[in-house]
Amino acid sequence: MRHIISILLENEPGALSRVAGLFSARGYNIESLTVAPTEDATLSRMTIVTSGSDDVIEQINKQLNKLVDVVKVIDLSEGEHIERELMLVKVRAVGKDREEMKRMADIFRGRIIDVTDRDYTIELTGSGSKLDAFLKAVSRDVILETVRTGASGIGRGDRVLKL
Amino acid sequence: MEISGAEILVRCLQEEGVDHLFGYPGGAVLFIYDELFKQNRVKHILVRHEQAAVHAADGYARASGRVGVALVTSGPGVTNAVTGIATAYMDSIPMVIITGQVPTHAIGQDAFQEVDTVGITRPCVKHNFLVKDVRDIATTVKKAFYLAATGRPGPIVVDIPKDVTAAKCKFEYPETVEMRSYSPVTKGHAGQIKKALSLLMKAERPMIYTGGGVVLGEASKELSQLVRKLGFPCTSTLMGLGAFPASDAQFLGMLGMHGTYEANMAMQHCDVLLAIGARFDDRVIGNPKHFFDEKRKIIHIDIDPSSISKRVRVDVPIVGNVKDVLQELTKQMSGAAAGKPDAAALKTWWAQIELWRARDSLKYDRSSTLIKPQYVIQKLHEVTRGEAYVTSDVGQHQMWAAQFYKFEKPRRWINSGGLGTMGFGMPSAMGAQLAHPKDTVVCVTGESSIMMCIQELSTCKQYRLPLKIVSLNNRYMGMVRQWQEFFHGNRYAESYMDALPDFVKLAESFGHIGVRIEKPGDVEGALVEAFKRKNDLVFMDFVTDQAENVYPMIPGGKGLSEMILV
Ligand SMILES: Cc1cc2nc3c(=O)[nH]c(=O)nc-3n(C[C@H](O)[C@H](O)[C@H](O)COP(=O)(O)OP(=O)(O)OC[C@H]3O[C@@H](n4cnc5c(N)ncnc54)[C@H](O)[C@@H]3O)c2cc1C
Ligand SMILES: Cc1ncc(C[n+]2csc(CCOP(=O)(O)OP(=O)(O)O)c2C)c(N)n1
Ligand SMILES: [Mg+2]
Repeated sequence: MRHIISILLENEPGALSRVAGLFSARGYNIESLTVAPTEDATLSRMTIVTSGSDDVIEQINKQLNKLVDVVKVIDLSEGEHIERELMLVKVRAVGKDREEMKRMADIFRGRIIDVTDRDYTIELTGSGSKLDAFLKAVSRDVILETVRTGASGIGRGDRVLKL
Repeated sequence: MEISGAEILVRCLQEEGVDHLFGYPGGAVLFIYDELFKQNRVKHILVRHEQAAVHAADGYARASGRVGVALVTSGPGVTNAVTGIATAYMDSIPMVIITGQVPTHAIGQDAFQEVDTVGITRPCVKHNFLVKDVRDIATTVKKAFYLAATGRPGPIVVDIPKDVTAAKCKFEYPETVEMRSYSPVTKGHAGQIKKALSLLMKAERPMIYTGGGVVLGEASKELSQLVRKLGFPCTSTLMGLGAFPASDAQFLGMLGMHGTYEANMAMQHCDVLLAIGARFDDRVIGNPKHFFDEKRKIIHIDIDPSSISKRVRVDVPIVGNVKDVLQELTKQMSGAAAGKPDAAALKTWWAQIELWRARDSLKYDRSSTLIKPQYVIQKLHEVTRGEAYVTSDVGQHQMWAAQFYKFEKPRRWINSGGLGTMGFGMPSAMGAQLAHPKDTVVCVTGESSIMMCIQELSTCKQYRLPLKIVSLNNRYMGMVRQWQEFFHGNRYAESYMDALPDFVKLAESFGHIGVRIEKPGDVEGALVEAFKRKNDLVFMDFVTDQAENVYPMIPGGKGLSEMILV
C-alpha cells in the first residue's frame, strides 16, 4: 500500500543522506522525497512517499525513529490528511495549441507563469493523480518538459507534527 | 585559557575516564598524538593494523562493559578500521572511534589521504559526526560517549579535520548532554508486562530464549532469578552465552544453526516463548515459515523497537531495558494476583525435553587417535576451571568453543556473531586482557583466521600481553569445507590452507612461546604447561582431525527441527 510519511529532522548536513541511505540499504521503496527547512531553522521537514506491506511500513517507521537526527515521524496516511504536489510543465504554444493550452491550464486550475511566442510554462498544484491527469489530457508531443516536486503532506485539523 | 582542539580532545577522553586508547598514527592525527605524548592518564596501545585497533577496543568493551575507544588517521586508516566498526555495529558494542580528517579547506578536493569518512561509515555506525569547529569538540565527544553506551549500544565515529585539532578555544566539558531527537526507553510498559505474565502462567510448554541484550544490559542476575523462579527451560543465542550459567539443569545449551537438539526442539515446539534481548536472527530460527508451522505466543523484550516484529511477528512486545523489565516482571510475579506456573504441564514438558537431551547431540568420537577439536575445548575448560575470558575467531573452532566451553558468567565469551569477522580473535583478546590484566585470556582460533591479524603478535610482545592462543589447526577453512562437503559435492574449492607457516617458529620470531601438539594424549599436559606461564604468550598449535564437522547443523532454508545430527 502507498504511504506518505512526514519526518521532522535536525537541519544538519548529512541528515538527508542518513534517511536516503536507510531506504536504499534496507531495500525500501521511495516514490518521492521532498525536504526543506521549517519555520524553526534548526529543523527540516521531509515528506516521503513509499509503499510496502504493513510489516515493511512498520519497520520503516521504526528504523526512521532510530536515526539519531530524526526528531519525529508520522505516517500521514494513517489518518485524515491533505497532499499537494507542484508541477511545472513547459508546453508548445504555437498555432491552435496556443489557445488549447490556455484552456487546459484553466480547466486544471493551473497558471501560466511564463510566456514566449513559442511556449508556455504552466504551474499546477494538486494531488499526484491530478497532475497525472493533466499530463494524460494533453497530447504528448506538446509537452516539452516537466518537473515535479513530489508530494508534501499535512495532517487535517488537530493532527499537527510539531515539537 | 585557550587550548588546542587536540588537547581538548585528550582532556575529554580523560573526563570520560578512558584508560586505554587503541590506535595507529598518521598525518591527520599528529596534533592529537602530540597531546597524548604529553600526558599519562590515557594509555595509548599501538597496534599493527587499524582493524586490530578497533577489534581491540571492541574486546575491551565486551570484556568490561565500558566504552571502547580507538584512534586512527584519515584515508587508509579509516578504511582499515571499517571492518572493525562494522563488526562492533552488528553486535551492538559501545565504542567511540576517533578518525583524523584532512583540513577543512581541503575536504572535497581529493586531498592526500582523504576519504568521505562520514559517508563510508554511515551504514555501519549508530551515529557519526564531522566536527568542523574546534568549539564543537567537547560537546560532540560528550554526545558520542552518551550515544555509544545508552539505548541499544553501538559504535560512534567522530571525524576531526586536522586544522580543527590545531585551532584553539576555551575548554569546558559539559556535565550533561541533551538531544531532543534521542531518548531511549528504559522502563517497559507495565500493562504489557502484566499481559506477558499472564501468558507465562498459562503456558504448558514454555521456553525462554535469551540473547546478547542480556549481556549488554547487565541483566544476568535478574535473568537467573526469573528463570529459576519460573522453572522454565532456557536457551541462549551465541551472543548471550554466559548470561545464564551453562551448568544449570534448566539450561538447554545454545540454539540455532549449531545449537543443541534439545534447545532447537524446545524452541520449535513451545507454546509460549519469552524472548529477551535477542533478535530472531536467521542463524537462530532457521526458516521463518517452518518456525510458524507450530503455533505459539511470543513475548519479546528489547530496547530497540526495530528488533521487534522484524523477522517474526510477536504477540506481546515490550520495549525497554532488559534489567528494568525483568525486575518489574519478577516483582509482578510475587504479587498475589499473579498465579503460579502450571506445575503438571511443566512436568510433562520437562520429561519431553529430557528425552531430547538424552539424544546427546554434541557427542563425538572420544576414542579417535587424532586430536578432536571438541576434546581440546573440553580440556581447556577443565584446565582454566571455566574462568577464562575466551575470545574466538570465525569458523568451526568458534562453534566448538561456544558448544564446549561452558560459560557460567557474562562477558567471558567474546566473538563476532553478526558480521562473523575472521581476524577478530587475537586483537579482541588483547583488549580483554588490558581490561582484566590479572585474568586469564584465551583466544580460540583456526589456522586460517589467525593469519588475518597475525601481525598483532608484535603488539602482544610490546605490551607483554600473556594471551593463550589455542589454534585448532585442521589445515582447512573448516567451516567452508564443511559446507562444501554437505552442499557442494565434496568439491573443496580453495578451502585448503596450503603453505602454512610453522606456527611454533612464527610465535618464536615474535618473541613468544610456541608449541605444536599432535597427539590426543598430549593435549591436557600442553594446556597445563601453557597456563602455568602467567607472564608469557603461548601459541598452541593443535593439529586436529581434518575431517571433523560441527553438529548439529540446520542447513540453510531448513527449519529448527530439521537438524543434521551425528
Ligand atoms: C559461523 C557462525 C555461526 C553461527 N551460528 C549461530 C548459532 O548456531 N546460533 C546462534 O544463536 N547464533 C549463531 N551465530 C550468530 C548469529 O549470526 C547472530 O549474531 C546471533 O544469533 C545474534 O544474537 P542475538 O539474537 O542475541 O542478538 P545480538 O546481536 O546480541 O542483539 C542483541 C539484541 O538485544 C537488544 N538489546 C541490547 N541491549 C539491550 C538492553 N539493555 N535491553 C534490552 N534489549 C537490549 C538489541 O536491541 C538486539 O535486538 C553464528 C555466527 C557465525 C559467524
Ligand atoms: C574476513 C572473512 N572472510 C571470509 C569469511 C568466510 N569464512 C567463514 S569461516 C571461514 C574459514 C575459517 O577457517 P579457520 O580459521 O581455519 O577455522 P575452522 O573453520 O577451520 O575452524 C571462512 C573463510 C569470514 N567469515 N570472514
Ligand atoms: Mg581451519
